[in-house]
Amino acid sequence: MPVALLVPAGLGLFFLTVPLVGLLVRTPWSTLPHRLTEPGVLAALRLSILAATLATVLCLVLGVPLAWLLARVDFPGRRLVRALVTVPLVLPPVVGGVALLLVFGRRGLLGGWLDQTFGLTLPFTTTAVVLAEAFVAMPFLVIAVEGALRGVDTRYEEAAATLGAGRWTTFTRVTLPLVGPGIAAGAVLAWARALGEFGATITFAGNYPGTTQTMPLAVYLALETDLEAAIVLSLILLVVSVAILAALRDRWLGTT
Amino acid sequence: MTIPRFPVAPVALATAALLAVAGCATTDRPGGDSDATTVTGTVTVFAAASLTGAFTTIGTQFEAAHPGVVVRFNFAGSSGLATQITEGAPADVFAAADPATMVRVTEAGAAEGPPATFVSNQLVVAVAPGNPKRITGLADLTRPDVQVALCAEQAPCGAAARRALAAADVDVTPVTLERDVKGALAKVTLGEVDAALVYRTDVRAAERVDGVEFPESGEAINDYPIVGLADAPNPTGAREFVAYVLSEPGRTVLTRAGFQTP
Repeated sequence: MPVALLVPAGLGLFFLTVPLVGLLVRTPWSTLPHRLTEPGVLAALRLSILAATLATVLCLVLGVPLAWLLARVDFPGRRLVRALVTVPLVLPPVVGGVALLLVFGRRGLLGGWLDQTFGLTLPFTTTAVVLAEAFVAMPFLVIAVEGALRGVDTRYEEAAATLGAGRWTTFTRVTLPLVGPGIAAGAVLAWARALGEFGATITFAGNYPGTTQTMPLAVYLALETDLEAAIVLSLILLVVSVAILAALRDRWLGTT
Repeated sequence: MTIPRFPVAPVALATAALLAVAGCATTDRPGGDSDATTVTGTVTVFAAASLTGAFTTIGTQFEAAHPGVVVRFNFAGSSGLATQITEGAPADVFAAADPATMVRVTEAGAAEGPPATFVSNQLVVAVAPGNPKRITGLADLTRPDVQVALCAEQAPCGAAARRALAAADVDVTPVTLERDVKGALAKVTLGEVDAALVYRTDVRAAERVDGVEFPESGEAINDYPIVGLADAPNPTGAREFVAYVLSEPGRTVLTRAGFQTP
């Protein structure tokens, strides 16, 4: 085995996992059961999983067609569109949250119209949490799915087309099954990113227990006064998310 | 949002000139222990978010008075800063927005000597310019057409808000609990809420926000303590900065920003 690869690989693993060790070392194990049953914790965990899942669904519904467009349709400005898709990746999430407020807020470009026409206000609602999470998570899905689509041999699609299948049938019957693992991987990435989302959420959706206070927000506020509580909350989020991701990976991606 | 309404530059220049003269006088004094009072390097100040405007001005003046010295600020919610300090963040000075938060630092043994109270601050209701919802007191915050932002109770402004609301016997359901006072104020300036309980100084420093005073804020006056830290990388700088905040030029800046003398 080449040492030149093993050493940095080992260092990389150490770097990624040592903060976890830090959390475990400082975990107040004796008061753990008591802290787990505190009323706010389960509400925040429930909201986190619900919002991240809904955000992932939204990412799938909008992101897979977008990825298909980028991978399969040659249109002018495609490079620009691809760059625009990655904007939420480079934008600091807090700025993303402010930008969402400027569009969907009560006085926002669309929000003002929504408010006057339908009496709908998005900020400070669970819907706002889902939107904020989808905004930051969708690029992960689009990039993963586009990569998968580019890796697929297009001759299968061409064969389907020569056999009389229309573009929609080709997409649903041939393309989608072929890139299934890529979509699953993208969805898992998007879900994980949505679950940990903090900046855009607290800016756009605010922080209120039960409606918009997800686990990362609860952790941040606990950190203000009670480090141990913050560590416990982080640990719960970690355990739950790693368990779910491990289960899904085995099932969808066929890896162990 | 944090632009003070008074001209900063002339005040800063005048004070700098005065202090430069005073500084020469002390260092020239024969037999004076110049090493103990000559500030060098960087002074790192962790200060409550509500001090952002005033301390930035004080920092500029302090730098002018001590050429070559750089003052670095970390403005955030007091309680978050307290956690950072007790977990070993390399800070020289800590200024908190309430004594309870300071106690967490002193009890952890992180403070050098007892803290000094340098100002106090009072809550007002921040509303959109012109007060379109006609909010006149805390009771209006319970109206269904009024969306309210408060600070989370972990933050000093949140604790003060709780005391004021309890004193008024008003039960408000906010739409959001913000992590610090600037967060609550931002929700008003962005027009996402109709009212927020913030400090008088925040309203004064902000544009596009009006303040509504209410009698119960007298029940929730926050004293601001300041202290040099035990593990300060720059102990001389810490001592001198605290002294400067407590001095006449420092007080002038703070009073102009709307802070009260304790």
